[in-house]
Order: sequence, then C-alpha cells, then structure tokens
Amino acid sequence: MPSFVIAEKCDGCKGGDKTACMYICPNDLMVLDPNEMKAYNQEPDQCWECFSCVKICPSQAIECRGYSDFVPMGSSVVPMLGTEDIMWTCKFRNGVIKRFKFPIRTTPEGEANAYADLKGKDLGSGLLSTEEADGYELKAPAELA
Amino acid sequence: MALPNKPVGELKAVRDPEVDKRDVDVLIIGGGMAACGTAFEIKKWASDDTKILLCDKAALERSGAVAQGLSAINTYIGENKPEDYVRMVRNDLMGIVREDLIFDLGRHVDDSVHLFEEWGLPVWKKTDDGKNLDGKKGQKQGTLKSGATPVRTGKWQIMINGESYKRIVAEAGKLALGEDNIVERCFIVEILNDKDDPNKIAGAVGFSLRENKVYIISAKVIMVACGGAVNIYQPRSVGEGKGRAWYPVWNAGSTYTMALRAGAELSMMENRFTPARFKDGYGPVGAWFLLFKAQTVNGLGEAFAASDEAKAELEKYAPYGTAAVTPTCLRNHLMMKEYKEGRGPIIMKTTDALAKLGETMSKKELKHLESEAWEDFLDMTCGQANLWCATNTEPEKKDSEIMPTEPYLLGSHSGCCGIWCSGPDEDWVPDAYKWGYNRMTTVKGLFTAGDGVGCSGHKFSSGSHAEGRIVAKSMIQYLKDNPDATSFKETDQELVDFVYKPVRTYLDNYEYTTAADVNPKYCKPAGMAMRLMKMTHEYGGGTATYYMTSGKSLEILMDLFDYFREDLENIAAGDLHELLRAWEINHRLYTVQAHTRHIQFREESRFPGFYYRSDFMGQNDEEWFCFVNSTYNKETNEWSLKKVPYTKIISD
Repeated sequence: MPSFVIAEKCDGCKGGDKTACMYICPNDLMVLDPNEMKAYNQEPDQCWECFSCVKICPSQAIECRGYSDFVPMGSSVVPMLGTEDIMWTCKFRNGVIKRFKFPIRTTPEGEANAYADLKGKDLGSGLLSTEEADGYELKAPAELA
Repeated sequence: MALPNKPVGELKAVRDPEVDKRDVDVLIIGGGMAACGTAFEIKKWASDDTKILLCDKAALERSGAVAQGLSAINTYIGENKPEDYVRMVRNDLMGIVREDLIFDLGRHVDDSVHLFEEWGLPVWKKTDDGKNLDGKKGQKQGTLKSGATPVRTGKWQIMINGESYKRIVAEAGKLALGEDNIVERCFIVEILNDKDDPNKIAGAVGFSLRENKVYIISAKVIMVACGGAVNIYQPRSVGEGKGRAWYPVWNAGSTYTMALRAGAELSMMENRFTPARFKDGYGPVGAWFLLFKAQTVNGLGEAFAASDEAKAELEKYAPYGTAAVTPTCLRNHLMMKEYKEGRGPIIMKTTDALAKLGETMSKKELKHLESEAWEDFLDMTCGQANLWCATNTEPEKKDSEIMPTEPYLLGSHSGCCGIWCSGPDEDWVPDAYKWGYNRMTTVKGLFTAGDGVGCSGHKFSSGSHAEGRIVAKSMIQYLKDNPDATSFKETDQELVDFVYKPVRTYLDNYEYTTAADVNPKYCKPAGMAMRLMKMTHEYGGGTATYYMTSGKSLEILMDLFDYFREDLENIAAGDLHELLRAWEINHRLYTVQAHTRHIQFREESRFPGFYYRSDFMGQNDEEWFCFVNSTYNKETNEWSLKKVPYTKIISD
C-alpha cells in the first residue's frame, strides 16, 4: 500500500524549515523534487505503509494506495491525526464507509517527563534510576532449578 | 533513449564527501525502543562531562519496529512472577534460552511500562465489574503503577491505544539525552576495533543520508541496537508488496553484521521467526486469538489444531509440544502439515468468534467490539485494514485467511537469534554467563539490546526499552573502569574510501552504457536484493520449500554467498538513497549467512514450523541440547562455530 502524493495539494512544505514527509519516513522514501517543489515516494516497493508521512503531512496531500500485486482497487484508509485522538475513515470497495476514533495520548505533546534532574546513586547496583528512586528492591530468582 | 545517463535520486552522491569527525565517550547506534531506553536512562548515571552521541538512520519519532504504533504491550509482568515469565519463554523457544537474561528483563520491564503510561500512552483498564475501558476513559481507574488493572489478552499482554507509542517514547528519550546529542539520518555501517586490542571497540564509521558527509566517530563504549533482519528471504509478495513485510522492512541485519564484523560472538542465529498472520496484509492475529477467542480451520472446515492427529504430532515434541501453551513454531508446524497434505488454506473464523461474543453483548457493546477489531489493525498494520476494505471484508460477515510468512531474524519477539551477551554479575548467574558488564558482548566495550541480545526472546517493545536502560547503566559502569581514550588503525582516507566505494564505482562506470541500471561493470542494490532473496528462498529454507533445507542445499548456498560477497565489491550507488541500500544489502548478506551457517552446523530440526533439516528431522537432545555460537574473522573471511552448554537456572 505505497504512499502517493496528490500533486495539487503538495506545496513542498514551503512554509516549513523542512519537508515533513522527508523528515519522518523511516525508510528514506519520501523526497522533494526541488524544481517542482513537490514530494514523491522514490521507492514504492520498499514502503511499509506505516502511514508516518500520511499522518504528518500538513496539507493532507499524502495517501496510500493498495499494493498493486495483491490489493483490489477502490478502497481507501485515511487518518486525521490530532493532539489527543486519531480519526480514521475506512472506505470499502463496495462503498461501505466506517469511521473510528481512538485516543493517542493523555498528556500534552512535548511534556513527557524525562526525569531530567534525576541522578542515580548506586552505580554498582542492578537497579534502574527510577526503580532506585522508588525504593524498589532488586529481585533474585526464588525458584531455582 | 536514456542518454544522458544519470543517477535517479534527488540527492546526488559526489566522489569526495565532507568528513565530520566526532570524539565521544559513548556512542548509541540505533533509534528504536532499545535506543530510546538508553537515551532516557544514560545521563542519570553518567557524569556531567560524559560525551554521548546517538546516531539513527531514520528520525527518532518514527524509527524502528514501533514506528507505525502497536495495539498491545506484549510483556508486562504485573501480578505474575518473573520465574513464570522465564518458563514461558523457555517453553516457547524449545528449551534452549539464557534464563539469566530473561529473568533480569522480567524484573525490570514493568518500570518502563509505568513510565510509558506516565508519559501519556493510553493503557486500557478493567472496571471493578470487569468491563474494558480504553486508555482515555480508563484514566479514572488510576495508573498501572498505582494498582489499576490492565486489560489482559493473554497472561503477559496488555491492551493499549498505541498509535503514538513510539512518538511518546522517543519524546522522553530526546528530552533526556538532549537534541544536540542526537544525529538523525546518519547510517553507521561499520564498528572499528582498537588498534592495540582487536577484541575491543574504538569507534564507528557511517554517512549522512541528507548530505555528502562521512561520520568518523571515536568512542570508548558503544551500543549497537538497530533491530532484526527483514527481506533476507524472498517475501510472499514480490512486487510492490515486498515492502509489506511483517517486521519493518528497514531492519537490515545491521545489528548482527556490525557486531559480528567487530568480532562479537553470535548465538542461536539458526533461530528465526515465521509468524502466522493474516495473509498478504500481515495484520496481527494476537487479539483475534486471545481477545476475541477466534478459531482457525483448514480448507475442509476442520479445527485441525484440536484434532487427535495434531495432539499425536505435538507429543513428538514433548515436553514443549504437550505444555499448556503450544510453542509458536509448533503451531506453525501443524499448519505446515495441513498445507503439505493438501488441506489448506487456513481460515480464521472471525464470523463465528464475533457472533459468539455477540450472544452476551448489547448492540452498543458489539459496536465497540467491532471498533476494537479495527483498531487492532489501524494501530499497527494500517495496510491490513485497507486490504479488508478492498476485499469488502467486514469480519463479522466474512472470514479471513491466515498464513505463515517468509522468515525473519530477530531476538525480541518470538525468536531468539542474536549476540552472546554477559548476564548480570550476580551470584545466581552461572560463571559462564557473566563477564562483568550486563549485556556486554564478547568484544570489550560493545553492548547491545533489544533484537541484538540472543537467546532471550519475548521482550517485545517494553522489554527492549527496559533492556536499553539496563545497557545504559552497564555502559557507564564500563566507562568508569575504562576511561582511557581508544584509537583505531584506519586513516580518515581509508574510511572514506571504504564507505563511499559504491559511489566511486558508479561514477567511474556509469557512462559506459546508455541505461544506468544495466552495466557489466557494476551491480545495483535493487538487483542484489532480489539475488540474495532468491538464493536463500530456494536453498536456505524459504517459503519455496515450506522452510525445508538440507546439507546439500546449504552447501550450494554457501557457494552462492561467496560469489555474492565478491560481487559486492562492485556494487554501485549514484545517489545517497542508493548508498543506503548498498550498505543495507551488505549487512543483510552477513546476517543471513550467519543464520544459514548455524542451520548447517546444528544437525537437527530444533524449531519445526520455523525451519527443517530434511537430513536431520526431529530433535536430538543427546547431541544438540545446547547453544550454537559463532564468530567471524573479517580479515580472513572465516567463520567458526561451536556448541556451548546450556544451564537451567529456573526450576520446571
């Protein structure tokens, strides 16, 4: 189900400091044609259909089309990623449409607690930093062979 | 007419790249769950002046196996005992595992899961009257850490709303390590040994995927954690669909290859994973089996896995086959039997399962159940959802086919190939399993985690993160004891020549023919990828032969590998993306070579359903109830394999 870019919608992320799809693709597939200022998938047969580019595109210019070697035509799966939820629209070949909404995170973006000020005390112990801070006791196996 | 001939990619490669030299204490190679665990943990133990660098060939926010998201966390110990976790893993992997590593993981993994929830990952909860709440509504039940009950699908798995799982975990890792200490789109391709001690690391070399630049990095301690290996066997879909691998297609065996070329001992590389998944889309089946209680039937409609014949077959593999939970490979083995005897295809009865659940549910609950079924795909395998849409499959109305995939190599899921690592330095760990620093390989200063650590499967996402954290602390312990600078013998020029050789080969020869892809003076990554997958598919126990291979087939394969390795000297890359592919195919070669050499050495069929030796069918405990370990010498191109004794630590 390789990603494709809708020519009319893609503006090459002109307003941003980097092309969103090119920034995010885990397999280095999305590239910008600097002359046309449009992005494209340069190697569709290496696309994992992870939807990372689809979800991040600020212009909603990217979708996925079923793999040509086994997917019948006519369906689509389109996400809309928000800050707390994701909405999915799944369109069947026969016209049936299903919509789903799922939570994606319960904290504001950028506010994951990195415990930046936490310093471990006993480097020789087997405890991880937050375990040590919580007073966790390192277990040893009780049921030995 | 193709002239003038030119590279196709947007980022053209040049003959002489810029050189970016870095001198650090700690180098983290990889950006997946394990590396994010290390990134989160390491500064909490390091002194303030410790120089740490993380290099990821992708972007941390969506790199690794969890890029797309996940619908479950498969390892959460919770109310269970770590000893039982060891027993489960041991049985699933047919008895031969490193119980010290597994126990150690089991006692730490929950701490990572608790952090994920604190960072914002929605975790499903049970209400007091036994109903399921999604991760948002479930917040009112409190957190797992405060004692709330997760929604378990099996004994070890918990359900999440995990579309943004990796983004959340990466965010915490980035914040903890600091953006300045992270280089994205940097593909490290080779680890360098110390010039005075070949069994010690001293640095690594790689290149940028965004500009013509080679990174030469000196380091005192290194973690390599770049996932498992995918597209090392011909996939069932060979056109566009070869990207729709079950495991992430960008996992190129870099972990194993970089470690083995640095001299690290590998273990159980013969093990592989051929998961049974929804056919073609490779959507997950776990929730269908465990949450929805669906059954599979053969082409005749028979519940083959529950037949007397199946029971008799499983008894041949006692005690594993007769355990309460049938090992993953044996479940595949039963399916193989159906296919070979003409009783395929295998069908998942989604209709029956949902109808049965519907008997006791209200309309609203049923609607919610349908949503859960779709979320299972949309959270982690969006393409499977599309395949259902394209084939008008509503699971309550139409069943779906499942099928075992092509082989994958990994150490974190239901497989256990990887690198031979030290266990924790504690009394209960046998001496042969520990050499000072937890998760250090047999090469001084080289550590690994996640898919890299061998003989300890079933870590999954959470366990890989926890293991990355364990390694963070171990590396700082090592650094404290080994503070001296290291240095490698290779000059900058030698390293640039080594990394950019495919570019020079291209530039020297591309004008010879009128079309860049067909040229007798070089080979291209795309063609080499197909060539490698064809040889392993046919001779190395791919799907072509129902995972069957033999001594003779492997002998032919080894010859083909030799030609292949020699031809890689002539691989050509005209742009930076192609240079990435050129190096990935190199990594895939060494990894799958290790895999098949281990299969060749182990003269039994330890994991029926994953692979078979036709000349040594069945298990031979008398001779082979042991690990198989190997090393490679990159100076002489020699492999050495040996048996290593197994020690049982946890009682039955």
